[in-house]
Amino acid sequence: MQDIWQSFELAWTLIVNLNPALSEIVLLSLRVSLTATLIACLVGMPLGALLGIRHFRGKWAVTVVLNTFMGMPPVVLGLLFYMVLSASGPLGWLQLLYTPGAMILVQVFLILPIVTALTKQIIEDAWVEYQPLFQSLCVSRSGAVKTMLWDTRTSLLTVSLAGFARAISEVGAVIVVGGNINHLTRVMTTAIALETSKGDLAMALALGMVLLMIALTVNAMVFSARQRLPV
Amino acid sequence: MKPLLIKLLITLTLSAPLHSTYAGESILVQSTTSTANSGLYDFILPLFEQQTNIKVNVVAVGTGQAIRNARNCDADVLLVHAKSSEEKFVEEGYGVQRLDLMYNDFVIVGPQNDPADINEADNATDALSKIAAGKALFASRGDNSGTHKKEVSLWQATSIDPTTDSGRWYRETGSGMGATLNVSVGMNAYTLTDRATWISFNNKQQHKILLEGDSTLFNQYGVILVNEKKCPDTNSHAGQKFIDWMTSPEGQQRIAQFTLDDQQLFYPNAAPQ
Repeated sequence: MQDIWQSFELAWTLIVNLNPALSEIVLLSLRVSLTATLIACLVGMPLGALLGIRHFRGKWAVTVVLNTFMGMPPVVLGLLFYMVLSASGPLGWLQLLYTPGAMILVQVFLILPIVTALTKQIIEDAWVEYQPLFQSLCVSRSGAVKTMLWDTRTSLLTVSLAGFARAISEVGAVIVVGGNINHLTRVMTTAIALETSKGDLAMALALGMVLLMIALTVNAMVFSARQRLPV
Repeated sequence: MKPLLIKLLITLTLSAPLHSTYAGESILVQSTTSTANSGLYDFILPLFEQQTNIKVNVVAVGTGQAIRNARNCDADVLLVHAKSSEEKFVEEGYGVQRLDLMYNDFVIVGPQNDPADINEADNATDALSKIAAGKALFASRGDNSGTHKKEVSLWQATSIDPTTDSGRWYRETGSGMGATLNVSVGMNAYTLTDRATWISFNNKQQHKILLEGDSTLFNQYGVILVNEKKCPDTNSHAGQKFIDWMTSPEGQQRIAQFTLDDQQLFYPNAAPQ
């Protein structure tokens, strides 16, 4: 119990003092996970919308695979990308391994299935309502996708938050492709893993609390932005 | 959407450095965890980086994984503690040369009440035999790390195969030293650990060192330059500078100066150049 209380105190001191080592780690966490979320949304949302309104053979198979990949263990994806990005791997010449770029890349692929599958579901449901109208107005498919992505924007914002939450909280993928290198690829979750392995449980828990505070701030900002969205 | 939020998003995402933003030379060291977790690198590297302008990036993993990563050419320098594996690495052409760097020792830690009475044991072999005989809980790394390899060799000396009791009194965590110590403390088990990790470990609770000082518990750290014949992209020049410095009188002295709680963690023993 004492440890837990000590963690609260530590978390508070860390935040109030704006500990520079901590700010560096927090900023990198945000950079990596926000960039990954942005890319995953830019790719996954149009893709999900297309999957939602188009009918083609084997659509059920695509859906099942996509839904399965939502449960991809981060460490497995991390290993896969390690092998690909390793100097002896096929993309070794990119020299991305152990850089923030590799961490962004792996997180994009981690959350892409989540963003795509959830968007597909939302658009599919909306399509039932919109289809007769679009057909009578002869709206093109790309026009329909654009309109529906805009009209379902509040739901899609939640989708992006789900993706972000998955990205910022995972440790398995970034620790393998990032290497948890001090001042280069150390993020919140890998720092927590490190403090745990040093037996500094109070510090580890305090960092966890800081991470939650950051997620809370991001969510609150998005929520308030959502309230102001033009209807 | 809120312009502020958009601005923040754009600033954060565009400023994300894809590659290392460090302008000068840098090297990648695949290292065992004990040297990194104890804070040794934080203590000695700033001096080296200041003198040479070479940034040292350390990836701290178990010795087994460090060697595997270096085999994939994902390293310029390897710094680990499993001599026979290191020699094999060099023999197979992945490393240029293996040099002794420093040493400390392994210790057996366990619960204060010492249910298997290993405090009375004559040596490590005797202690492990007592643990096995009493079926006292023993947490093993079980991850092919340097410490795990040492532990396996100690069990071999007792002619007991603990893995037949794996899952009963013999618990293989398959994790790093720190994680295994957390498990060991949590379940009141005995564990073999290197002294540096133990001294710097903050969750000791009622655990303490119960066996130490046996010559078989010697723990030698070695340093190897990755061979550019196998890995053409290796930064041999900077890697060699790092090794030269670490084995130089200055580097060796710096290693000796590193203490925690007034205890020296690593003892330099590189051969004079």
